[in-house]
Amino acid sequence: MIVRLMGEGQWQVADSVRAPIDELDGDTERAVVAGDEVALALALRRLHELVRESGEKLDDAELAASDLVVPPIDLSLVEARELLHGDGLIPELP
Amino acid sequence: MAGLVDRASLIAKAKASKLLDRAENPEETLDYSYEQQLVQLQNVKRGIADLATAKQRLQMQSASMQEQSAKLDEQARQALQAGREDLAREALQRKATVQAQAGGITQQSEQLDAQEQKLIEGEKALQAKVEAFRTQKEVIKAQYSAADAQVKIGEAATGIGEHMADVGLAIQRAQDKTEQLQARAAAVDELTTSGALEDYTAQGDDLDRQLAQVQQGGQVDDELAKLKAELGRSGPPAQEVGSGS
Repeated sequence: MIVRLMGEGQWQVADSVRAPIDELDGDTERAVVAGDEVALALALRRLHELVRESGEKLDDAELAASDLVVPPIDLSLVEARELLHGDGLIPELP
Repeated sequence: MAGLVDRASLIAKAKASKLLDRAENPEETLDYSYEQQLVQLQNVKRGIADLATAKQRLQMQSASMQEQSAKLDEQARQALQAGREDLAREALQRKATVQAQAGGITQQSEQLDAQEQKLIEGEKALQAKVEAFRTQKEVIKAQYSAADAQVKIGEAATGIGEHMADVGLAIQRAQDKTEQLQARAAAVDELTTSGALEDYTAQGDDLDRQLAQVQQGGQVDDELAKLKAELGRSGPPAQEVGSGS
């Protein structure tokens, strides 16, 4: 499966990594609900680390779309809420 | 509500399928997509160049804050020399404010350096993708039936569009951050030059003027202080200086 780390690029990771990604994604949700910026930053950093460590970066010339998209590592709480309640944060594709 | 990865992935797919809906005529779509990609690539290059300019301006503002801080330090020294401990204290308080702000701005501007590096990598990847698309579109035109071509084009256009959107957002976020920092630096600059730093009393508004007077009168006061010291007196010599406080 292909995972995009926003602001970083794309990684090819094994399908088995989906479960730990989902688990950490649960942490992002709880952090946003709790309004906890530190917990949000931690969950995002772990997500980025997990994908980097368990995957292989795709070549620049790769044209495939991603199966999963992980938000930027420095996403603020305000931006996270914007992402969850609207679609403004992800730009229209050109 | 879902997690952020769920949500971001869902939105990216929805936007990709919108893009696919537009890709109805393969031949036309191929050439149009490629032209659009070249335009976007130029936009990305311009965006990064603008960002570099803005960052330079920010670093100049940061340097100017360091100068302000040095100036306030010198003013405090002069005020103290003139026996105006009250003015010296205010100047040092301002210096502390300026330094705290300058420190934060310098630190964040270093983060911008790292972001800029990533943007340049993102641009490089985009360039490679656009080039790959150019090659692929000729292969697709030559080798695939219309139906298969449409699928292939769809995949390629979606992948490249996703990357463009990502780089575009990263540029936007870096720009927003730069503007915020510039505004913060400008606010500090205005406060220190107008003498209206928050937390200061009405007397503080006169700080610059009073300090100027002290500086002008400094020479005389220095002489006076020396003289007083020679006469064996150590008290503050400067009740005569300034408009009183």
